[in-house]
Amino acid sequence: MSKQAQHWEKTRMLLFVTLAIWFVFSIGIFLFGAEMEASSFKPLGYPLSYYMTCQGSLGIFVILIFWFANRQEKIDDEFGFTEREDD
Amino acid sequence: MIKGKFIDNLPKVYGMYTGGFIVFIILMAIAEQAGVSKDAIGIMFVAFTVAIYAIIGYMSRTLQLDAYYVAGRQVPTVFNGMATAADWMSGASFVAMAGGIYFKGYGYMALLVGWTGGYVLVASLLAPYLRKFGCYTVPDFIGTRYGGNLARLSAVIVLTVASFTYVTAQINATGTIASQALNIPFEIAVYVGLASILICSMLGGMRAVTWTQVAQYIVLIIAYLLPVFWISNKMGAGFFPHFMLADEVARIGELEAQFGLGSVKNSAADMAQVKAFGKVAGITKAHAEVNTTPWKFISLAVCMMAGTASLPHVMMRYFTTPSVRTARRSVGWSLFFIFLLYSSAPMLATLSKLSLMDPTLPTGIIGKSIADVQAIDWYQNWNQAKLMYINDFNGDGTLQLNEFFMAGKAVVLATPEIAGLPYVISGLVAAGGMAAAMSTADGLVLAIANALSHDLYYKIIDPKAETAKRLVVARVLLVIIGFAGATIAAMEIQGILGSVIWAFDFAMSGLFFPLVLGVWWKRANAPGAVAGMLGGLAAGTAYLIHVRTGGAEWFGVTQLTFGIIGSAVSLVLMIVVSLVTKEPDAATQKMVDEVRIPSGRTVLGKQH
Repeated sequence: MSKQAQHWEKTRMLLFVTLAIWFVFSIGIFLFGAEMEASSFKPLGYPLSYYMTCQGSLGIFVILIFWFANRQEKIDDEFGFTEREDD
Repeated sequence: MIKGKFIDNLPKVYGMYTGGFIVFIILMAIAEQAGVSKDAIGIMFVAFTVAIYAIIGYMSRTLQLDAYYVAGRQVPTVFNGMATAADWMSGASFVAMAGGIYFKGYGYMALLVGWTGGYVLVASLLAPYLRKFGCYTVPDFIGTRYGGNLARLSAVIVLTVASFTYVTAQINATGTIASQALNIPFEIAVYVGLASILICSMLGGMRAVTWTQVAQYIVLIIAYLLPVFWISNKMGAGFFPHFMLADEVARIGELEAQFGLGSVKNSAADMAQVKAFGKVAGITKAHAEVNTTPWKFISLAVCMMAGTASLPHVMMRYFTTPSVRTARRSVGWSLFFIFLLYSSAPMLATLSKLSLMDPTLPTGIIGKSIADVQAIDWYQNWNQAKLMYINDFNGDGTLQLNEFFMAGKAVVLATPEIAGLPYVISGLVAAGGMAAAMSTADGLVLAIANALSHDLYYKIIDPKAETAKRLVVARVLLVIIGFAGATIAAMEIQGILGSVIWAFDFAMSGLFFPLVLGVWWKRANAPGAVAGMLGGLAAGTAYLIHVRTGGAEWFGVTQLTFGIIGSAVSLVLMIVVSLVTKEPDAATQKMVDEVRIPSGRTVLGKQH
């Protein structure tokens, strides 16, 4: 497999992982709104359903993007595809 | 004049700007104590901030193509994040969102999840690849990737429909705020708003819009957070509201039960009186309870997420970063800056509701006598502005929860006054709302004008046009589109929030899959993309018309989520048509390979 194909393979894997996490916190947990509300786990005292919609998922998305960017940069470095300054 | 050196000094320049703005707020507070009238303070806030944006816009004027279209591709990561946040957070986010949460609770917060989750898609599926492509506009990517004027033209059509729907709402919002702050009729205020928008963007294009948007972000975030923190501390709810309002949320639940929310209902005749007064609503949904079906919540969130990843005015902000790596990181910063405001909106709604409802607080009005409430200064003002209304339906002389009505935008605009903050904060909030609406309108008008001038005029109609002529055309189009938007905004066809949600659905219907598959599926070709864009847009629009004219909803898809139908049709058409037609030529496939790695030259040249 060529260097470029390997790079794309890893990039795609990273995409799948990122989208899986994204799916859980943007769609998955909201299938269980009523269950989250009834949960005895109350972050900072808020009902879990309320907390996830106003801070939880939002914060996770911010962290997820930075994590994704770091991982992608590592993949680019590994295959020598990082941009040079003079590009 | 400011290039180069200006870029190196950005933290210093905007640090001084922020300091200056805070000094201005303090001066206004002193002026208020010294007896300057409320009207004068409101006017000064709006006039001062708009004047600053205009100066930045003028100083960023340019005669170069890449500065006009992509700000010279030298906007640093964090600053691009701020500019995107301002570009993104519109009058709807600033003025309408906390109000929506106040009235609709959990069901409405699907918008918070949707409007943030979309950025994960932007960062992982699109932004870095489109940056590598080196395009000036979104149709520029579609046109080059798929090849042919038809694909480019289709993209221009979808972009124009979505962005134009959006921009009328923003010009409407600037008009609403300008008319209140400057005390002029709405029909005139719309054009005052337009003039301020055009000053910011006309001379310097993307470069001017970038640097004004950063300035606008600073104003709008201060204007949003200061009242939230202030009210929370004043009420003794906690010095950091985001982490400390759990008791208040629970308290609202108790009060709702005590005041008979849901059990005491207004009769149809009562509601007719309310409707005759104006666009105000009462609290009918519980504050924090799960009050909607999972599908309703998720379908709305999905539409907003896919719409985020297809709206050209957001995507084009990532064309302005120096590299692919910075484009990717910049998405993270954008979402961080957006998070600061979005996570505060539910807190503002909570504080606002508790201020009004809790009889143990001095600001509480529910349970007080009707005559007392009618005598309150702020009630009279907002009642006059047609944004607040009470009526003693049961004739007992006290105000009940179901007898108090308020317009959605009043939640943000009136809460500082209700909570007993000095008027200077209300002036600040007006300036913040103006900044939010202007910054989004700037981005949208520029996105449409750039697509028309670059893709329609230069690439399709007159490919030999000189640089100077192209820039003249771009500016003329900017003015025309601005005026068209203002004219439609002045008619007030649809509410601010409704138009904004429609814009997301239009963008998602026509552009989401053609953009994503352009990077991620090599086999996608021009006929497939054209079918996907036009078919998706047509299907979405047809479904919207179907539902609006009283047709039955399919699969619980409402007029707010018609993008689901549009994008599903778009995806199927795009795959089927691509597979039955010829695969893209070797050059196109190689181009896609090039786009997938960050290093090397951009596909399109620096000036094209």
